[in-house]
Amino acid sequence: MNLNYLDFEQPIADLEAKIEELQLVGNDNELNISDEINKLREKSRRLTETIYADLTPWQVVKVARHPQRPYALDYITRMFDEFDELHGDRHFGDDKAIVGGIARLNGKPVMVIGEEKGRGVTEKVYRNFGMPKPEGYRKALRLMEMAERFKMPVLTLIDTPGAYPGIDSEERGISESIARNLAVMSRLRTPIICTVIGEGSSGGAIAIGVGDILNMLQYSTYFVISPEGCANIIWKTIDKAPLAAEAMGVTSSKLKELGIVDETIPEPPGGAHRDLDAMVAILKNKLSAQVDQLAGIPIDELLAKRFDRLMSYGN
Amino acid sequence: MSWLERIKKGPGTLKKDRTSTVPEGLWRKCPLCNAPLYRPELEKNADVCPKCDHHIRIGARRRLDIFLDTEGRQELAADVLPVDRLKFKDTKKYKDRLIAAQKETGEKDALIALRGSLKRLPLVATAFEFAFHGGSMGYAVGERFTRAAKVSLDEKIPFVCFSATGGARMQEALISLMQMAKTSAIIERLRLAGVPYISIMTDPVYGGVSASLAMLGDINIAEPNARAGFAGPNIIEQTIRQKLPPGFQRSEFLLEHGAIDMIVPRVEMRDTVARLLSNMTGRPLQEQVEITSPA
Repeated sequence: MNLNYLDFEQPIADLEAKIEELQLVGNDNELNISDEINKLREKSRRLTETIYADLTPWQVVKVARHPQRPYALDYITRMFDEFDELHGDRHFGDDKAIVGGIARLNGKPVMVIGEEKGRGVTEKVYRNFGMPKPEGYRKALRLMEMAERFKMPVLTLIDTPGAYPGIDSEERGISESIARNLAVMSRLRTPIICTVIGEGSSGGAIAIGVGDILNMLQYSTYFVISPEGCANIIWKTIDKAPLAAEAMGVTSSKLKELGIVDETIPEPPGGAHRDLDAMVAILKNKLSAQVDQLAGIPIDELLAKRFDRLMSYGN
Repeated sequence: MSWLERIKKGPGTLKKDRTSTVPEGLWRKCPLCNAPLYRPELEKNADVCPKCDHHIRIGARRRLDIFLDTEGRQELAADVLPVDRLKFKDTKKYKDRLIAAQKETGEKDALIALRGSLKRLPLVATAFEFAFHGGSMGYAVGERFTRAAKVSLDEKIPFVCFSATGGARMQEALISLMQMAKTSAIIERLRLAGVPYISIMTDPVYGGVSASLAMLGDINIAEPNARAGFAGPNIIEQTIRQKLPPGFQRSEFLLEHGAIDMIVPRVEMRDTVARLLSNMTGRPLQEQVEITSPA
């Protein structure tokens, strides 16, 4: 089994393997089999489209957590003209699970804050697998308040398996750090655009997720409890996670339907990781347009809208 | 009864105990120390075990009843009912779970809000009903909390919340997560308007409620030995694969780590909160007059 492909993508993987094989044969024999290869490529593309047109919520969760899924830094390093990372919460430390700093988006200064899972074992450990501790959320808060002072829009990129559940997290007040962000973001006097790029897990996600616009990438996921956690509580086994994902409605399309998500941002066929450059371009265009759109709204009006929106959740 | 007491009280004591004619239900065992407790006495002590000081879990109505002045209470946002937007179904339908919880508790959802007074100081007080779906926060809890806080904001009278909850309500999925943002936003409005908000954590307070409304008080209070935290002890133990230290996430731990301002025993709650609010608002207190005979 090819680890780059998810279980439900195996038919695509098989086709791609065949294409690769043919290419090798072609190289060896100088036979013109490019027609055949092109046909297979077209078939693979259509197969991908067919499979992705009808993903189950659990399959979407798998794509959102794909090991090759673009992470916050993949976007940050490609989407902006400049980026100066800013570190530390000024109280305890610098949480590597949250990356933030001043960047330029199409020439305009913005404050970008993203949860970073890290790729490869060493970096995953360094980033604590994208599970922020209180100092991470407090760093985010510090940067957001700075953005308010210097009139920069805030862009957040959400991608976390959750706030870190550990002794030190609790000792330093992980609950308070999340709650404080929710409170302050509700009235921060600068536009805030939040985008779920991968996995938006519960309190750890919403802690940088309150703003004027909430985007979700097409195959990202957002939930109050992980499907495994939900399944464990209800069915006492994580094997029922697919059922839990179904019941909770964890996909961008479902959450848009519920009015919680404003925009779902389309991904290239087969998911963001199949074509990073295309994905970066799509996201960059979308965020640029949204920054411009929000810049045109007087700040008091924007804040009133943000507050009314918050008050309306569930109505 | 110990052998020593038996000797002190003389013969016949044991026999009398065995042929007790006390009616069923007049006694209750302390869930912690197992001491048999005389109900009327227990109630007078605000359901705190006089033997071991265990603060026995109490419902939202009783909580507010022993906290507020008896006169001039008015329930707020009682018309807000739970909504099953997702048509959530697991082994049972969420709708049926709600109906069962409503039957069991006599409440429509897990938060009760009252406008009333504390030693004649007008305020709005809310309390979580833990017996209703583990006191979990979904739309109805968030909405009731928000509407009640709005009354505080509009009338510039203090806001108090007694929390007791397992966290966000899974069956309302992301709608329940959004209640964290909603309740935090209205608390921030109180803060900006200089309206005091006192958060009182009673055993237990976890998850989405801990990470929103419970930790945002101008003053955070916990009852003795209450547990409060973001992640439950099981989750943490599974993650770090270590045993947790004794007293982890208990009130004393929270005080030690700066999460709360004080630990206040239930029997002192009324006096303490009244004193704090009087100083925070500059309004005088007045003991309520006991009305002994109805007109």
